[in-house]
Amino acid sequence: MPDRDPPLPRVPESRNVPRKRTRLSLVWFIPILAAIVGAWVAVTRVMSQGPKITITMKSAEGLEAGKTKIHYNGVDIGTVSTIELSEDHQHVILTAQMAPKTESFLVEDTKFWVVRPRISGANVSGLGTLISGAYIGVEIGSSKEDRRDFVALEIPPVISGDVPGRFFFLKTPDLGSIDTGTPIYFRRLQVGQVASYALDKDGNDLTIKVFVRAPYDQYVNPDTRFWHASGIDVSLSASGLTVQTQSVLSILIGGIAFETAASDQVLPPAEQNTVFTLSANRAAAFNPPPRNPQTYELIFKDSVRGLAAGAPVEFRGIPIGQVTAVRAQIDLKTFQFSVPVTIQLDPTRLGVKLVDTTAGVDLETVRRKLIDAMVAHGVRAQLRTGNLLTGAIYVSLDFFPGAPPATVDWSQSPVQLPTTPGQFEATEATVENIIKKLDKVPFQEIGEDLHKSIVELDKTLVAAQGTLTSMQSTLDNTRLLTEPNSMQVQQVSSTLQEVSRAARSLRILADYLERHPEALIRGKSGEAK
Amino acid sequence: MTAMQQGLQSCESCGLLSRPAPGEEEGRCPRCDEELAFRKHSSYQRTWAYLIAAAVCYIPANVLPVLTTTTAAGADSDTILQGVVLLWSPTGWPLSIIVLVASIMIPSAKIVALAYLLITAQRGSVANNGQRIRMYRMVEFIGRWSMVDVFVDTFTAALIQLQPLMSVEPGPGLIFFAAVVVFTMLAVESFDPRLIWDSASMREADSKEVSYA
Repeated sequence: MPDRDPPLPRVPESRNVPRKRTRLSLVWFIPILAAIVGAWVAVTRVMSQGPKITITMKSAEGLEAGKTKIHYNGVDIGTVSTIELSEDHQHVILTAQMAPKTESFLVEDTKFWVVRPRISGANVSGLGTLISGAYIGVEIGSSKEDRRDFVALEIPPVISGDVPGRFFFLKTPDLGSIDTGTPIYFRRLQVGQVASYALDKDGNDLTIKVFVRAPYDQYVNPDTRFWHASGIDVSLSASGLTVQTQSVLSILIGGIAFETAASDQVLPPAEQNTVFTLSANRAAAFNPPPRNPQTYELIFKDSVRGLAAGAPVEFRGIPIGQVTAVRAQIDLKTFQFSVPVTIQLDPTRLGVKLVDTTAGVDLETVRRKLIDAMVAHGVRAQLRTGNLLTGAIYVSLDFFPGAPPATVDWSQSPVQLPTTPGQFEATEATVENIIKKLDKVPFQEIGEDLHKSIVELDKTLVAAQGTLTSMQSTLDNTRLLTEPNSMQVQQVSSTLQEVSRAARSLRILADYLERHPEALIRGKSGEAK
Repeated sequence: MTAMQQGLQSCESCGLLSRPAPGEEEGRCPRCDEELAFRKHSSYQRTWAYLIAAAVCYIPANVLPVLTTTTAAGADSDTILQGVVLLWSPTGWPLSIIVLVASIMIPSAKIVALAYLLITAQRGSVANNGQRIRMYRMVEFIGRWSMVDVFVDTFTAALIQLQPLMSVEPGPGLIFFAAVVVFTMLAVESFDPRLIWDSASMREADSKEVSYA
């Protein structure tokens, strides 16, 4: 203690309160606690961070670093942390911080896409993004392989992977009004959607990927026909005017319909990813190039005006195929002009079940036997007028028992089927025949003969004149004889009176003799006197 | 010359000078019953402890979000610095500067100032004593105002609860920020400004050359 100054004697002494003294103050507990809490928070923050992923996309329109979320089924599973251009400036690379425990989502076939408001036909999606801004959607893959760098889809998938159903592929030469999300109809019931479409590499066809929801996917079997149900389909064909529509909605936005041809066979449902043909309309769908299209050639000599590719081939009125090509050819040696018409036939339409192959039977053999038998029985192809209004003609196969015998040469490609002239041509030929026969008639001689006959006739007529004159006088004489005042008539009259009287006397005699038969012997008795 | 050099203790509450009881250094003020000490108990240690605690808390206070705004557009968490950036606009820049000054500059300035005071006092520096005591007073005065930020945040969170459209919730950073403010206030409280003068008095006692300025 410092030394005290005597001049301050009145200063009171403080009370003595004993106190424990620690060298290290307990206050140090506070920064330690603060450090522990801070460290704990830091550790939990680090622990709560999930994996980082990169997503490459074409455009980051509407996306914002630090704001844009990654949503899965409406749950926020990550945030876009940075948006950068790729080194070649062609793409945008997003870095996203995923929520913890999302590692299982980030597999090889997980798909990301930007959800923006989309209005396409009947589908309005992502309207929420008008307010919230675009976000990134996820479809979680099923692969087991981890992946951290993804490429975003340009078009969001219409169907999320967990909806039961099946995908099918449709081949079509024309997309029409089909777009992603275009409805698929089965008996006018919407059962699916178009998932995507792409042009084939060769550029000839488009492949449309469609999704048919369960349980309707079971109605798609290998014999199912798909067709464009877009808008109103008005067609004027050999069968007349046809108007086909599906529903009002499909008139507006287009659609695809499918139906299975009525069949007594129950086919198993089609496999996932089966490829079908998308026909232009319902009629075409049920008159399709058959499954085993068999190509034949018909050579017609007559005009094929009105015959177009697609014209039906009918067997006694049953459509069994169609015309695929019409061209012209000329034989330079003979200058014979002919029109080879290529047709495709589906013999199964004839009721021959070629599809259900019993084991060991060669389809081709059966087919050849069938065609051979038909040709042998006089089946010939003929061009017929289908519609007088449009002049459309079609190919008819029919029995012509009188046709010249023909055989099918199976070594050709395509195989030629025998033809017979069309109805017009047949008529023409008949008329020609008549004319030819008429040509052979010797009109000159006939004329001369006729002239002679006429001269003879003249003479005969003169002779007849004389005969007629004498006949006239004979008739005149006859008339004189038959006139009422003529002598002969009066004489006849008086003679008849005499005869009458004689008859009366004879009757009186007869009466008397009846009563008096004895008078024959005795003569008249006296009483008469 | 100080009271301590004279063996006297001054009461911090009523200013009464008293002599410690014989053999003891501490006691209670005979007038107002305040605890007496020549200097605040382990002032350096406690100030350092609070200051370090404040500095530790200052990091999460700035890194963690202080406010989570949930709107129809989604939830946004903002740290203090993000708030400053968000407010920075041609019309809102004064507000942005207020937030920047009150929430970032003042707490950090307080920590730095206190650390400077502690180091200089412990090293027995005698230079700029007047400036240092002014600095101390300013730190003591301004400390409580940093709490404004915390109050604003809590009020906003309490008031903006338009559930379907928008709601504001305080984030974890706010707790650390409040801790920074509280710890710096405690550090200021536990620092004994008389320590600034002690080394000067010692020198005065040694050489009689003292600058009070």
